[in-house]
Amino acid sequence: MRKQNYLKGLVDSLPIALGYYAVSITIGVAAASAGLGIAESGLASFTSFSSAGEFAGFSVIAASGSYIEMAVMQLIINARYILMSAALSQKLEQNTGITERLIMGLGVTDEIFGLSISVPGRLSPYYTFGVISLTIPAWTLGTITGAVLGSIMPDILISAFSVSLYGMFIAVFIPPARKSRIIAALVVVSFALSYIMNRLSMFDFISGGTKIIILTAVISFAAAVLFPVKEEDDV
Amino acid sequence: MSEAYIYILTMAAVTYAVRVLPLTLIRKKIKNRTLRSFLYYVPYVTLSVMTFPAILSATGSPVSAAAALIVGILAAYFGGSLFVVAAGCSIAVIIIELFIV
Repeated sequence: MRKQNYLKGLVDSLPIALGYYAVSITIGVAAASAGLGIAESGLASFTSFSSAGEFAGFSVIAASGSYIEMAVMQLIINARYILMSAALSQKLEQNTGITERLIMGLGVTDEIFGLSISVPGRLSPYYTFGVISLTIPAWTLGTITGAVLGSIMPDILISAFSVSLYGMFIAVFIPPARKSRIIAALVVVSFALSYIMNRLSMFDFISGGTKIIILTAVISFAAAVLFPVKEEDDV
Repeated sequence: MSEAYIYILTMAAVTYAVRVLPLTLIRKKIKNRTLRSFLYYVPYVTLSVMTFPAILSATGSPVSAAAALIVGILAAYFGGSLFVVAAGCSIAVIIIELFIV
């Protein structure tokens, strides 16, 4: 069962790994322009494994910001992972061991979260191990590629790869929206409020990562109060 | 240890803490119904919020991005797998950017 879950994780994460490879080329370019060397760029991606966090982090490095500033910035930008990690904790068997949880923590990213939550029933840690053993190297290699080659990849390929990441998000929230009117309505409300918050200049002082946290917390909480889930709906 | 490595270590430590603490600290099924409902809705809301309007600026033109969004929604609605939906979005972008925009 462990091996099967691991292999399934590997296979399912292939589109994510391809997308990550492409997206992280941009990360590598950003790392190089912030003054990081090739090895440092690769190490940053291998250890942080977070697009928004790394982009923001490189801007702190480029500006020679303080380490405190770096820590606070990472905390704010990546705070949405707290919610995702909490949601994942409810999808695990209760007896999942500490070591397995510690390793799973490495792989809490937007896309891997989306993939993990779409697994029917309980989530096996070995599924996640399969996912991260392909995606973390892809992310790291893409970053190194970007740091070495700069931006010689044709734009159209970058476009195609970046959009596939959103395709994966869509594949996670549309099928349940088809089955549940509440989730369908939530998707529409989320699109609308996210659009408003990103287009109105009065919200410009809030970073992209923080907007995601605020919208997620407010909309999900409102839904939880208005439409509490029944026992059988729960993951 | 050079400054760059301290920055990288700080980034990694904070990011990992945020990711791993809830997973390791929440060992039991959460009993509170509102909190459980909240966590049930979080994935769908957060993925929707991250998709739109960000997808519109993910490609060379808003037209190809909008096409990808529509193709993705249709493919997912009619039961396409994760890979089919993702590939459908990419192909939509390539076709639009090669032939139309």
